Amino acid sequence: MSRYHLEVRVKPRPGLLDPQGKAIHGALRSLGWPEVDDVRVGKAIYLELDAKSEKEAVDKATAMCRKLLANPVTEDFEVALAGART
Amino acid sequence: MKAAIISFPGSNGDYDLFEAVRFIGGTPTYVWHRDRSGLKGYDAVLLPGGFSYGDYLRAGAIASLSPIMEEVVAFAKAGGPVLGLCNGFQTLCESQLLPGALIRNDSLRFSSKDVRLRVERTDTVFTSEYRKGQVLTIPIAHGEGNYEADEGTLARLEGEGRVVFRYVNALGEATEQANPNGSWHNIAGIVNEGGNVLGMMPHPERAMEPIVGSSDGAPLFASLVASLVGSA
Repeated sequence: MSRYHLEVRVKPRPGLLDPQGKAIHGALRSLGWPEVDDVRVGKAIYLELDAKSEKEAVDKATAMCRKLLANPVTEDFEVALAGART
Repeated sequence: MKAAIISFPGSNGDYDLFEAVRFIGGTPTYVWHRDRSGLKGYDAVLLPGGFSYGDYLRAGAIASLSPIMEEVVAFAKAGGPVLGLCNGFQTLCESQLLPGALIRNDSLRFSSKDVRLRVERTDTVFTSEYRKGQVLTIPIAHGEGNYEADEGTLARLEGEGRVVFRYVNALGEATEQANPNGSWHNIAGIVNEGGNVLGMMPHPERAMEPIVGSSDGAPLFASLVASLVGSA
């Protein structure tokens, strides 16, 4: 067993209205960054877990996303491995 | 009517629901979310408003995975009436008893005020005591009531007449100004395919008597009672 650190990125699905992103977009433009074309706000979830392999760690995190961490109606997710420590 | 009112940590509408059920002559019982003794013997299951688990992760997400929800899903699949109000609606969507999801209001603000709703259907166990097209005054109090679903789901909901309540203006028109949160098609409440599970963001349990500003919520609970008399 190794200890794995994973980063789960959850973001609003394309095409879905993201009111937070819209508000931040407006704020950035009014602060003098008119070149900003779009802002979307998601969240990052940091997991620390034990698994036999990288693949198992990623598979477990993916199952967690499907069950709880992301809502498939409104959100997409990515699981990234941030490192292992034995 | 024996009604189970499910209490989650962070629910705050359970007391209002309790009083609403008592007001129409029913018998309410609080059922704690960890209770595994089942929902047998109840005529209806009610999911209250509030902020279960602090709305952490997503509103209703963690409540939808609590032990009692397996019982609620079984109760619903057996055809029992299940009503989710506000946070209860969010929980029903998260548990996939209802399609779609409720995201942040397009205004980004928590919205607490009276709204007008149009009754789209009167052939459900929740709405038989209303008139079709009737315009109700019912309060809302939510920050995440913006109903979202993919186009296919929306088309199916509309095609099957599963939108039960819609936000409208005083004339009964579903305009953009009358929409308090950005919901697609001004959707305020929907039912499942069987018509026995209703989720809605507004609070009929807070509109039971003229002294609180409106009694337009009372017929919803009276409809439930009437449906039970009819089936007995």
